Amino acid sequence: MRAEATPQEHPAERRAIRVRGLVQGVGFRPHVYRCAQACAVSGFVCNDTQGVLIEAEGHDLDAFVELLQCELPPLARLDSLLQQPVPARGDNDFHIAPSRGGAARGAAIPADAAICDDCLQELFDPGDRRFLHPFIACCNCGPRYTMTRALPYDRGHTAMADFDFCPACASDYTDPGNRRFHAEPLACHDCGPQLSNSVEAVARALAAGQIVAIKGVGGYHLACDARNDAAVQQLRSRKQRDGKPFAVMVLNTRCAARYSELDEGAVRALRSPERPVTVAPVNTGKPGLSAELSRDLGTLGIMLPYTAVHYLLFHALLGCPDTSRWLREANDIALVMTSANISGEPLITDAVTAAARLGGIADCFLHHNRDIPARADDSVVRASARQYTVIRRARGFAPHAIKLHSDGPAVLALGAHLKTTVTLTRGNRAHISPHVGDLDTAEAIALHRETANALEQMLQTAPQRVACDMADDFASTRLATQLSEQRNLPLLRVQHHHAHVAAVLAEHRVTGPVLGMALDGHGQGLDGAAWGGELLRVDGAEMQRVGHLSALSLPGGDRAAREPWRMAAGILHRLDRSDEIADRFRDQPLAAALGQWLRTGETGDTTSAGRLFDAAAGLLGICPVSRFEGEAPMLLEGLVRGELTDGDHYQLLDGILDFTPLLTRLADCADPTRGAREFHGTLLRGLTDWALDAAARQRVDTIALCGGCFINHYLATELPLRLQAAGLTVLQAVAMPPNDGAISLGQAWVACHHDTARA
Amino acid sequence: MNHGAGGRAMADLVDLLFRQAFDNPLLNQANDQARFSAPQGDMVMTTDSFVISPLFFPGGNIGSLAVHGTVNDLAMGGAEPLYLSAGFILEEGLPLADLARIVEAMAAAAREAGVQIVTGDTKVVERGKGDGVFINTTGVGRVLPGIRVSGELARPGDRVLVSGTIGDHGVAVMSQRQGLAFATELLSDSAALNGLVATMAECAGPSLRVLRDPTRGGVAATLNELAHQSAVGVQLHESALPVRTEVRGACELLGLDPLTVANEGKLLAICEASVAEPLLAAMQQHPLGVNAAIIGEVIEDPLQLVRMTTAIGGERVVDWLHGEQLPRIC
Ligand SMILES: [Fe+3]
Ligand SMILES: [Mg+2]
Ligand SMILES: [Zn+2]
Ligand SMILES: [Zn+2]
Repeated sequence: MRAEATPQEHPAERRAIRVRGLVQGVGFRPHVYRCAQACAVSGFVCNDTQGVLIEAEGHDLDAFVELLQCELPPLARLDSLLQQPVPARGDNDFHIAPSRGGAARGAAIPADAAICDDCLQELFDPGDRRFLHPFIACCNCGPRYTMTRALPYDRGHTAMADFDFCPACASDYTDPGNRRFHAEPLACHDCGPQLSNSVEAVARALAAGQIVAIKGVGGYHLACDARNDAAVQQLRSRKQRDGKPFAVMVLNTRCAARYSELDEGAVRALRSPERPVTVAPVNTGKPGLSAELSRDLGTLGIMLPYTAVHYLLFHALLGCPDTSRWLREANDIALVMTSANISGEPLITDAVTAAARLGGIADCFLHHNRDIPARADDSVVRASARQYTVIRRARGFAPHAIKLHSDGPAVLALGAHLKTTVTLTRGNRAHISPHVGDLDTAEAIALHRETANALEQMLQTAPQRVACDMADDFASTRLATQLSEQRNLPLLRVQHHHAHVAAVLAEHRVTGPVLGMALDGHGQGLDGAAWGGELLRVDGAEMQRVGHLSALSLPGGDRAAREPWRMAAGILHRLDRSDEIADRFRDQPLAAALGQWLRTGETGDTTSAGRLFDAAAGLLGICPVSRFEGEAPMLLEGLVRGELTDGDHYQLLDGILDFTPLLTRLADCADPTRGAREFHGTLLRGLTDWALDAAARQRVDTIALCGGCFINHYLATELPLRLQAAGLTVLQAVAMPPNDGAISLGQAWVACHHDTARA
Repeated sequence: MNHGAGGRAMADLVDLLFRQAFDNPLLNQANDQARFSAPQGDMVMTTDSFVISPLFFPGGNIGSLAVHGTVNDLAMGGAEPLYLSAGFILEEGLPLADLARIVEAMAAAAREAGVQIVTGDTKVVERGKGDGVFINTTGVGRVLPGIRVSGELARPGDRVLVSGTIGDHGVAVMSQRQGLAFATELLSDSAALNGLVATMAECAGPSLRVLRDPTRGGVAATLNELAHQSAVGVQLHESALPVRTEVRGACELLGLDPLTVANEGKLLAICEASVAEPLLAAMQQHPLGVNAAIIGEVIEDPLQLVRMTTAIGGERVVDWLHGEQLPRIC
């Protein structure tokens, strides 16, 4: 810390200092207060609609401003700091002034953070007055976005407004030297929210193999003992969730290492304050978890506790040890923690719905009486030292904004159909909602609308244009059309893969021209056909298709996307081997009929890369029917052991990449493990050739990689290395998922550019 | 068949064919218009053009379809169809025998439905400028006494009925086009529904609120349309939907949802809950309503969605498909 300035050196002056960034709800004002004390500065600090406003008066304001920017609170982030001289007023002291409310333009909404080490320490300290308090939190941790009802972020605008401080908490809140000074989630046993049931009773139920619905920060979880086959099976059948892997929660990274192979990248992700479900290779050597969790995927999703209630549960499950050593020691407790919803519907957040909808699933409930105004699922990332891919961006990440390369019109973008999110841009910031989900149910469609509304409300921004997908059948497209008609706003329909590429460009603040490689499941093409393995030349709002995978038969539309054996049958037919279909897929009741249809009729087709993975899996006989989206590619990847093998089993002609030679080999490959290695190896080699050929012809040296297939470890890590080695600059999703969760951002970006191009 | 020089002779020949097939006093007036006296009460009028491939399908052809389609559009207004016009655009080269079959089918369909084709027109276009034959039919009818049905009259609590198995027409046509051997027995349901409507009107009277034939886009598109018109939602029950086994099988194979497949001889009705059971019984007495069923109810819903409780107890939104069924799995 600097020495205090002396009056002799500088005359007193006063400045208005405007700070923007993540400065509300993160302990920033107490930080300013402490800096002011240290520098003998008088004046005030307050939250307002733009972020934080400081008026500082003293003899060395430069020192004060410098100190402000050092040692920020852990959750804070500065985007800009502007200063302006104002007339001196001769204040006696420095104080924290009431927030200046109203519209929250420019202020960021803080995201939720996991319980911090200090709070965890107090939680299990019998001498602390918050010993075992389930809602302990401070300036550096706890719920934020999920308890926010309106901006600016102040206690009165959060779900904590329902709880009045006790005198002790009131003093913590107003003491600038306290870690809880102006911590909005601040509470204690006497004045805070309460649980509906004892944690010990819930722990006993879990230990007895029961299913418990637990209200958390962003919504309810369904939990059970992940080591108990019967319990996991029960949860699966009651939740009607066939095959999709469940995430588990373990106490610490040592426990996690029992079940997963974790490198430092995975450990970092697990421990990060966002506490995402972290997908890493499963530790096959040490069994113990129920085989019902996931089937042969080779990976496991693990997360660490992030609320006091989670820690209290582990504490109770371990028999309430009284020193705090247990927190760091390994144990083998693992709990399934899965979003509490009815299959496909949004996460449940209130007790009434929970009781009504989860009654048939949960044996026992753990509610609390703090409202959840904004729901957020657990985020999911795939993490290792070589890869960090966001799969689902929700709690902990949302609603952090993405900074765009320039200001633009306010665009409301409504996403596609699966893994939908909503984006609203304001100035040079794109605000992306947490994961809304698949728009297959009325509840999800309603939530999608509410989310769009809530973004507008929170940002106090009326969109100037609306963007959506090109597919007419999506609920998102219908909402976009309706909004644009009601409010007389221009509507921009953005091609799906153009949006995928644009989302990556938005994150990197690059405008083009670039080559975009979209390896995806499905998106409607400019020609109305099914696209999904595309090379696009993107330059702002301009997009040109410069290459694609050669089309595969898609016998039965969406049905073929769920049944890889159909994709395989389509390949066999193209190879003039349709007589093999009935026998190869004799377990499929429709195999003979499909073989006949392929001979006499005409199926649709698709250039989708996702379906190429399905076809390979189908030909290798490893996943005739997918029980959940992406199962076949995940199984295929899980089969790879050791080095990939490759060959030139593809053809590249005029930008069209044809893997028929590879598929022909797979059709005759008796060893799925060998097939999986050859598939991935050849795919990488072909894709590299394809990209380099197009980059040379298009004279661009930057390539953006995107689409759901980039969750695949080999595509996400190997392909960029090869392209970089050949001299290309490679851009990939960083904070955003490569899948459809980023579509709304991409749509907004294209719509912004469309405007400036026309202006 | 050709046009141009021999066109005159050709038109005469076609004319003769039509006159013989459609034979009725108004047509036989041989004027450029049919003259008839207007009946009492409200009238309805509709027009539709038929452009289909293949021209002949199991259970019908473009001719019968052109009569059924327009008769049904009149019937869905709660009307008794009276007169039709028929306009033909023939492609040069269409075999005369095919035309004769089409015209005979039209005549038979009109006779069965109790309507008269009272005026018509024929044009011949060059080879390559048509798809064999296009037919336009226009119809007029008289609204049945005491009946007022319209798409905006559905109210929460009302029941939704369908007159029989769904998807038969679309799947029959598609099975033929795709050469699906196992579905060769399937016939289009193409039929005139005015008789069934008369029965229903008699049974339910003003409690019958909406009638609509779920043609293109099937039950899904029609119910979505009605939900918007009436600003309500619809709740369907999958287990209550009548679907033929062969249709279900073909849909599974082709990856189609029977709810989105076209019908040509089925109607959807929305009525007050209190008359739903008697109405269902009355429909089941009629030959075209044997498999009728109550498939759902109208609900209050600001989102105006059609939802369905699935057979396994799930819940999904029944979408409104604009074009052909495209994949949506990404
Ligand atoms: Fe996509
Ligand atoms: Mg019509
Ligand atoms: Zn804390
Ligand atoms: Zn308190």
